[in-house]
Amino acid sequence: MNITGVTAQCTEIAMSVAAAPLLLGWVNQCRAWLQNRRGPGLLQPYRQLRKLFHKDAVLAANASPLFRLVPYVEFASMGLAAAIIPSLWTGLPFGAAADTIALVGLFATARLFLALAAMDIGTAFGSLGARREMLVGFLAEPALLMVFFTTSLIANSTSLPTIADSFARHPLALYPSLAFAGVAFLMVLLAENARIPVDNPATHLELTMIHEAMVLEYSARHLALIEWSAALKLFNYACIGLALFLPWGLAQGPADPGGLLIALPATAFKLLLVGAGLALIETLNAKMRLFRAPEFLATAFLLAVLGLLVHLLLGS
Amino acid sequence: MAPLPLQIINLCAALMLLLSFAMLSQRRVLTLVDLFALQGLVLSISIGVVAWNTGQPHLYYSAGLTFVLKVVALPLILHRLIRRLDARWESETLLNIPTTLMAGLLLVMFSFALAQPISELATTLTRGTLGIALAVVMLAFLMMITRRKAVTQVVGFLAMENGLFFAATSATYGMPMVVELGVALDVLVGTVILGIFFFHIREQFDSLDLSHMESLKED
Repeated sequence: MNITGVTAQCTEIAMSVAAAPLLLGWVNQCRAWLQNRRGPGLLQPYRQLRKLFHKDAVLAANASPLFRLVPYVEFASMGLAAAIIPSLWTGLPFGAAADTIALVGLFATARLFLALAAMDIGTAFGSLGARREMLVGFLAEPALLMVFFTTSLIANSTSLPTIADSFARHPLALYPSLAFAGVAFLMVLLAENARIPVDNPATHLELTMIHEAMVLEYSARHLALIEWSAALKLFNYACIGLALFLPWGLAQGPADPGGLLIALPATAFKLLLVGAGLALIETLNAKMRLFRAPEFLATAFLLAVLGLLVHLLLGS
Repeated sequence: MAPLPLQIINLCAALMLLLSFAMLSQRRVLTLVDLFALQGLVLSISIGVVAWNTGQPHLYYSAGLTFVLKVVALPLILHRLIRRLDARWESETLLNIPTTLMAGLLLVMFSFALAQPISELATTLTRGTLGIALAVVMLAFLMMITRRKAVTQVVGFLAMENGLFFAATSATYGMPMVVELGVALDVLVGTVILGIFFFHIREQFDSLDLSHMESLKED
């Protein structure tokens, strides 16, 4: 590990953390355009965060220390995930620290803490949201693992930067197994980030909400951190998807500032497309009933396993 | 890296498998028939690619026959039947959809394991797809078992035939032309006869639900 590597690593984390609300703003803006509205502007998530950071926090009387700790745990684990995921360089020093399976575990840790905090106060909404989140989580996690297994088998490595490296260098070929895994990953992304077919991110105080029900008790800086880490989670998932299925344009080899010249515009462009695609999906689909969510995620799991099996049988 | 024709055939095989699962999870009959037509289209494309790759002229006829029969004729007949029977919304499955899908996944693993030793003995370029062909047959079986109504069972039967054709082209580059013509004619005649049966079943039981046929006594 040398000084350029450390600098590149810090730049990457800082850029991910800073750009995450922008991606969320872009998705919301696109959705507003598609629905013939003007939209609040790209910077609205930042304004929201600034407003929340300036408010005074209110805590319930029976809140335990865990409740106060969770926003920081959330933010830290999403920041750590951003460090592992190769969003600009593939040769980052931190990328070797954890592989894809550890990454799934990191997301699970964040989810567990948020669910615990939601149940901590003891309100009905919190427990309800926590239960629903765990229902979605336990169905989405195996599908995500299967997607990672398929890509790992093709690239002969479970480390995300190595997979991205090998896919970017690989000559272009038809990979049905990767197509299956890609669709499965998209479905997991929608479910895990509380997007439309499973949960509605724009909802407040409705009986159908999942993520919003869990964070109902939070206010001010705690809520700001949780919202920021939710935006970072979406950003992380988008970057995982790009690294696995569209790795072209990432800076390869040892991390140096020169790679940024191509990698930064390429990643920004791909994220623009991802955001527009997400907005399109959310406009075209309606939210499912909660008890349809297992069917949705069973389909994701099925596609991921099919990808794995097709790869094992056909070698493609 | 595999040559391009093999890549296309592998893609077709994967699509066949995906369409089988889509049919297994489909609740509406009309969409089911459309999915069946799509599967026939993928099948005829893959036969055409095998023909182009191996230079066997009779496979071109086979691909053409599959296209005319599976993509044009049979879906047309089925659409007309469904419209005349007014059976658009029959959709009852015995198991719920996620359970059926998981059962289908187990069947796919089983047929892949079954096909592994056979395809190692084969010498053709496309031997790897034998397992998928077997899985398509198994999934069509599963669809016939888990559906209660007559129309969906017939679609399952036809999908099974798709799988058999795919197995024939992938393992041995196609059956002799006489056999293929015979099978094609059988399937066509079978569908027409079953179409007549539908009307008789409905006249007798006022429904296309085959579970009515299990009771032997008239009441």
